[in-house]
Amino acid sequence: MTTTTLTTRPAPARTGTTGDPAARARRTRLLHWIAVHTVAIAAALFFVLPFVFVFLTSVMSDDQALSGELWPHEWNWSNYVTVFRTPGFLDWWKNSLLYAGLGTLFTVCSAIPVAYALAKFRFRGRRTAMILVISTMMLPPQVIVIPMYLVWAQQLHLSGSLWPLIIPMAFGDAYSIFLLRQFLLTIPQEYIESAKVDGCGELRTLLKIIVPMAKPGIAAIALFQFFYCWNDYFGPQIYAAQNPASWTLSYGLESFKSAHSVNWNLTMAATLLVMAPVIIVFFFAQKAFVEGVTLTGVKG
Amino acid sequence: MAPLTPAPALRRKRTRKRLRTLGFLSPWLIGFSVFFGYPLIATVYFSFMHYNQIEPPDFVGLRNWKYVLTQMPLFGPALWNTLWLVVVMVALRVVFGLGIGMLVTKIKSGAGFFRTAFYLPYLAPPVAATVAFVFLLNPGTGPVNEILGAIGIPAPSWFNDADWAKPSLVMLSLWGIGDLMVIFMAALLDVPKEQYEAAELDGAGAWGKFRYVTWPSITPIVLFAVVTGVVQTMQYYTQALVAGKLASGVSISPGTVIQPGYPDHSTLTVPQLVYTLGFQNFNTGAACVLSLVLFVIAMAVTTLLMRKRAGLLPAED
Repeated sequence: MTTTTLTTRPAPARTGTTGDPAARARRTRLLHWIAVHTVAIAAALFFVLPFVFVFLTSVMSDDQALSGELWPHEWNWSNYVTVFRTPGFLDWWKNSLLYAGLGTLFTVCSAIPVAYALAKFRFRGRRTAMILVISTMMLPPQVIVIPMYLVWAQQLHLSGSLWPLIIPMAFGDAYSIFLLRQFLLTIPQEYIESAKVDGCGELRTLLKIIVPMAKPGIAAIALFQFFYCWNDYFGPQIYAAQNPASWTLSYGLESFKSAHSVNWNLTMAATLLVMAPVIIVFFFAQKAFVEGVTLTGVKG
Repeated sequence: MAPLTPAPALRRKRTRKRLRTLGFLSPWLIGFSVFFGYPLIATVYFSFMHYNQIEPPDFVGLRNWKYVLTQMPLFGPALWNTLWLVVVMVALRVVFGLGIGMLVTKIKSGAGFFRTAFYLPYLAPPVAATVAFVFLLNPGTGPVNEILGAIGIPAPSWFNDADWAKPSLVMLSLWGIGDLMVIFMAALLDVPKEQYEAAELDGAGAWGKFRYVTWPSITPIVLFAVVTGVVQTMQYYTQALVAGKLASGVSISPGTVIQPGYPDHSTLTVPQLVYTLGFQNFNTGAACVLSLVLFVIAMAVTTLLMRKRAGLLPAED
């Protein structure tokens, strides 16, 4: 088999400057390098230029932002101050932090015991429970929103606030449970067994042995949940729209554009200010993040 | 050897184990019944009711169902748009994501820079990304049309043109390809190197190596990307809504009722229609019917997802 394939390979050409096989291989590799990096630079332009244009517009003067010019004549950093002074903008920040912060805390605390039980306990109905978790994870939020809204608004009188979005997170978020469970599956059973031999109860085993080992998984679900809350538009639109004091950045940004309909410069500055925290968090927690993304698809 | 455990003790132990499991699962058990089970049943209930959220609900039989499925003028366009997005957006995202993933594995110099550059847009909050794209593509002063104009390419009106609005949304979704890039990158790096060397010895070219080595080992991931893509795109809401609202230029103050899906209902998706019916027209019954239609489609896709081949549910379960 090997011999036949070897003989079918073309003999190296012996004419011209490229005749030397080593030189030819080097040339092919160089051409390959140039091709790959040309495509990579073109792709990078597609991904990076939108940020660049948004930034350049965000520092233009009001008049220039109305023109089609691409490069700012003068750098109006004061646009960012103006955005922060917009009535409500600081409240939106506060609300976004409240929603994302508390939401993440609640989600992590409720997901840990559930994910642990689903990963490590043997019990009847475990498969059914997993199927139900995955089903809720896949469900469009619009499917159940109407009766939920009626309960929060008419029975509990909590519409106009973010609590209808935060409170449910204390009762397990399907996506976080699923992700964390996939991570916990990778922890060998022996650690749990030996903790039991040492006389640890289930709760102590979870808190003293499993949680420290599962830190990367917990970090990943915390990050995902933080980003989910920060980015959420539908939730605040349903529950907070009536009360501008409860708006989050993601929800307020759209009304910002409506209020400053001609001022693209201010809108772009606000847009960058909404993107910034997420990107900063990402740079500090890159590893946990990539771990989480691969966990969704590849492992398990 | 220890003596056999007497039966009552065994039973007690089993009860304790069951209680322990219930205890650990309790947050989710409560959450699942209160925030999922109840509203689902209530949605079915309201789908048979006339209910304007002020007067008490009134039983109307199948009238809401008949109205939504056969008479409601916006149901057709919304379903068409959602299906269009599911087919076009998911297909292009998977192809583009795989392409970028392969590109990233081949980059030798500056790999870290390129990887970050390709990944970052995925992190941009959807509302912010949409606002940015509406600006970049606005037909009046947008940088994209300025550049196209300068090199003499006729520029479309993007979000302001009914034929271009959905393709513009697809472009926005391709900008945020980072999640698929990472998944495909990991899958591509998992393909054993020896297999490529063996294929090379057999005289396989670039295409042959992709077709006979890469593709067979990444098909589960591709399938996973397709099915989760379909699920996500059926929920497609924020970007379409924000793009339509901003491009229409209507100033929105709380309480303003706008026609969704500007221009010409071309960006109206099924989830948006649920919102419009339930929270702007207060036609609770019709909104619940539409929710259930969405639910049935979502469940069908999820069932497909849980087949073993899609890889979501581990085999040992």
